[in-house]
Amino acid sequence: MKWETVIGLEVHTQLATRSKIFSGSSTAFGAAPNTQASAVDIALPGVLPVLNKSAVECAIKFGLAIGATLNRINVFDRKNYFYPDLPKGYQISQLAKPIVEGGALTIQVGDSERTINLTRAHMEEDAGKSLHEDFHGMSGIDLNRAGTPLLEIVSEPEMRSSAEAVAYARALHTLVTWIGICDGNMQEGSFRVDANVSVRPVGQAEFGTRREIKNLNSFKFLQQAIDYEVRWQIETLEDGGRIEQATVLFDPDSGETRMMRSKEDAHDYRYFPDPDLLPVKLDEDWIEQVRATLPELPAAMQARFQSEYGVSPYDAAVLTGSRALADYFEAAAKACGQGKLAANWVMGELSAALNKADLGIEQSPVSAAHLGALIARIHDGTLSGKLAKQVFEGLWEGAGEVDAIIEARGLKQMSDSGELEKIIDEVMAANAKSVEEFRSGKEKAFNALVGQVMKASKGKANPAQVNESLRKKLTG
Amino acid sequence: MSLTTDDVKRIARLARIETSDAEAQATQTQLNSIFDLIATMQAVDTSGVSPMAHAQEVYQRLRPDVATETDRRAAFQAIAPAVENGLYLVPKVID
Repeated sequence: MKWETVIGLEVHTQLATRSKIFSGSSTAFGAAPNTQASAVDIALPGVLPVLNKSAVECAIKFGLAIGATLNRINVFDRKNYFYPDLPKGYQISQLAKPIVEGGALTIQVGDSERTINLTRAHMEEDAGKSLHEDFHGMSGIDLNRAGTPLLEIVSEPEMRSSAEAVAYARALHTLVTWIGICDGNMQEGSFRVDANVSVRPVGQAEFGTRREIKNLNSFKFLQQAIDYEVRWQIETLEDGGRIEQATVLFDPDSGETRMMRSKEDAHDYRYFPDPDLLPVKLDEDWIEQVRATLPELPAAMQARFQSEYGVSPYDAAVLTGSRALADYFEAAAKACGQGKLAANWVMGELSAALNKADLGIEQSPVSAAHLGALIARIHDGTLSGKLAKQVFEGLWEGAGEVDAIIEARGLKQMSDSGELEKIIDEVMAANAKSVEEFRSGKEKAFNALVGQVMKASKGKANPAQVNESLRKKLTG
Repeated sequence: MSLTTDDVKRIARLARIETSDAEAQATQTQLNSIFDLIATMQAVDTSGVSPMAHAQEVYQRLRPDVATETDRRAAFQAIAPAVENGLYLVPKVID
């Protein structure tokens, strides 16, 4: 039987605010346990939540960026369950009236583009952290994270492979960091993915029973977990078994998913509107003010890079992988006026060097202005591609300005035609056999002679000029 | 709609409230009279009236995003039953 995979993702993004969603505690990562947990965060009696304006603005930005409906009136609900890292006994979340509904994200899988629709995105507070190391048979609780603002972003079950799920998660990661609502740090838990996975026979309209893989904190694990889960579900069904709705965890060491809880003991959260919080109202002026702070979005920038700089759709997608990369490319392209060449250098030489040194584009030792100046010298014929690589090395080492490096290291491409003619004459005299072969019709011999001239010029001759002059002399 | 004793016991368990059979039965009677009241109210035609999340027609006040709280861990933990290394200790949690 042929099977089809169905995947929907729920992503918890930690919003980049300074303080918590309902209290004035700091959200800075890495503080000593419980030093950023106020009376509100630890749920002392008599405290009341007050909503953080920036958290709402982050949600508005996201809604605008994906073309969603912003619910002008949205409501906080209580999600009730007992766990020691949730001091109130409920999490404040949004169920019936979330701030964001609908919207879509375009993803690129290989050469094809797909649009994935979103269901909703809602604001909620994070829980604290339980530490299960042995404290004399007890667990330790750190409530620094309790009350950290989250935006939970839920997609429709529209992805059909782990590759699509990863592409969607990556596009979402790019977008939330691009618009500055999340720092995107997956190691610190700022971007956590839950995957709802099911399989069904190809052609069947109804969905199969899904299992939810919780808390994946890397794109690699997301891919591995889905691939394992899909294989497991298909094998179970083909062996005559049934899939039961369940929540599972992925173990990176074994590469397997294992059951956390089944549907029978699934929680009954008894949601109801939180009486401590009034409905949130978004008025049009506020929405427009927030819209004005949005940067140009990745999709718009991709289109513009293609039309303005003549780069391919694929290159445009790579170059808008992050805002820093896109800004770098654009600054370099503007500095030299050569979009395609700039794209090649940014994605080629520069990316390779950064990867090798394990640096991000933000830490590039070569500035966009310097790279632009280098490309301009390639374009005006001062440098060949090969010489340019040597200048690039100089820039990387911090040896100064492009022209100064060219001068100091004697890397200028030979522009004096008299000097070139002289070298060609010498090479022809020293390689009489090749000259003879070429004249008797062996085109291959020509390349050998070009190679000799380039070598004699120590790589500084302009290859196009060498071709032209050499052919003229040989045939003339 | 009326509740069974099992419904009452389930709700009590979800809220972690221990109830004896007698208490569950007494609560069942009381809850059912509340449901009767709701049934009476549901006779009112509410079509065209949007549900409200709060009794007053006012909206949430917002707080500027500033970290104003200081570290009061020592004071808070002074009244906690068990602490170690700055952590609150609780009976072992197994998920």
